[in-house]
Amino acid sequence: MESGSGDGSTVPKMDDYESLISTTDVEHLKRVWRREKAAPEIFQFESALIGRIKEQIQLTEETVEEFVEAKTDPLTVSLYQMDLDRTQFLLRSYLRIRLQKIEKYMFHILKMDELFNRLSKEEKSFAERCCDDLKMHLEDCVLSRLPDNYQSILKQSIISEETDMVPKPQLDTFVVCKTKYYLGHIQLEDGDNGNPDDRGNQRHLEEPFEMEPNVLYFVRYKPIKKFVEEGKIDLY
Amino acid sequence: MAGQSDPHPSHFSAQEVEFMAEDEIIEIVPNMKMEPLNLICGDYGPFFPQMVTQVPIWLAIALKKRGKCAIRPPSWMSIESLTRILESERESQEAFQVLPFHYVEISRLLFDHARDDISDIYMVRSLIEDIRDVRFHKVETSLESFEDARSSAVRINNLSAMEVNIVRPFVGRALQAFYKHGSPDLIPNPERVSNSISNRWQQAPDQGQRVC
Repeated sequence: MESGSGDGSTVPKMDDYESLISTTDVEHLKRVWRREKAAPEIFQFESALIGRIKEQIQLTEETVEEFVEAKTDPLTVSLYQMDLDRTQFLLRSYLRIRLQKIEKYMFHILKMDELFNRLSKEEKSFAERCCDDLKMHLEDCVLSRLPDNYQSILKQSIISEETDMVPKPQLDTFVVCKTKYYLGHIQLEDGDNGNPDDRGNQRHLEEPFEMEPNVLYFVRYKPIKKFVEEGKIDLY
Repeated sequence: MAGQSDPHPSHFSAQEVEFMAEDEIIEIVPNMKMEPLNLICGDYGPFFPQMVTQVPIWLAIALKKRGKCAIRPPSWMSIESLTRILESERESQEAFQVLPFHYVEISRLLFDHARDDISDIYMVRSLIEDIRDVRFHKVETSLESFEDARSSAVRINNLSAMEVNIVRPFVGRALQAFYKHGSPDLIPNPERVSNSISNRWQQAPDQGQRVC
């Protein structure tokens, strides 16, 4: 698997020793699941974590089988089974949300290397196949019958300067979040990030936002994106 | 695209919020002996009759359903504590009292599965319902102050998981709309001020606010 605990991974920072020893993989999975669900964008695939979770699921499945063969107390067996079901639910839901995001934003993801590299090997091939199929289908059914100027799948017409038919994640979405740390100097306004949208430049500059630990906020996703990717801010 | 796809993948369902609450730890008093459980979500037990031990709520409820334990309601679920919270909740128009993040779900789960372990259950239940009502009302009225929240961040201290989940779709969209329409009107701009369209835009979010 590529880029295991690479950049942008939420596996906790090593300095947080206490939380590291007291947190189980399921707890981490729950965190990345919540984050993946609440945020508009797709995150780095947590291959190391998912690998460990899959191993644990397999081990528990074997344990349950052994228990059944050994005629262990059915209560114990059912409790192990419940634990297994809960973990599998989290794992499936995590993978499924990612697939939904890929389906929704496939052209955008395929265009941006940064996003594409966040996908797992399987997700990459899914995105590529999905994209090819959809392109072929739309070309067959619709685009090939349109006037020459309107045949692009990415642009409204050939005079469009941007790829304005590609759905992109809404980074202006507001998310509910909380942090364990004190984070000062979060610049809430976009400033200069190459966005030609002139509205953004007219916005008055606010004081840098200070995020207190353990307080819930509704915050626009874009300014805190970096912290969420680093695992410093959790989404709820 | 597939039939099973959730139309709002970015929203949590009530069941999903409850699922998260089920991992909260609670005290139980088992009435049987059982070896330790080495689960994926952690190690629990061993279990001995009458020996208090701590487990996640889902495990407690599974044991309770089979008559294998009694659940000890958390201390905040006592009549004294709830009465105090309700009073302070009513006293303050803005602030929310500190309650567990999952108080709505935890109390609901215990009412459903462990009614005989809660003394004065009717009283406790009605207190929690009152607290919920007072708080939801406060959430609704405090939404009005979002009107001047033209910033990108709104503090919602001490709101619980279920409360957040209920207001999330509306507040999230409203704030996004404020953000989108907010900026050009803040700085007087000769071109825009003279433009009647921009004035109309100024009022639009206001009306949206009143509707709720």
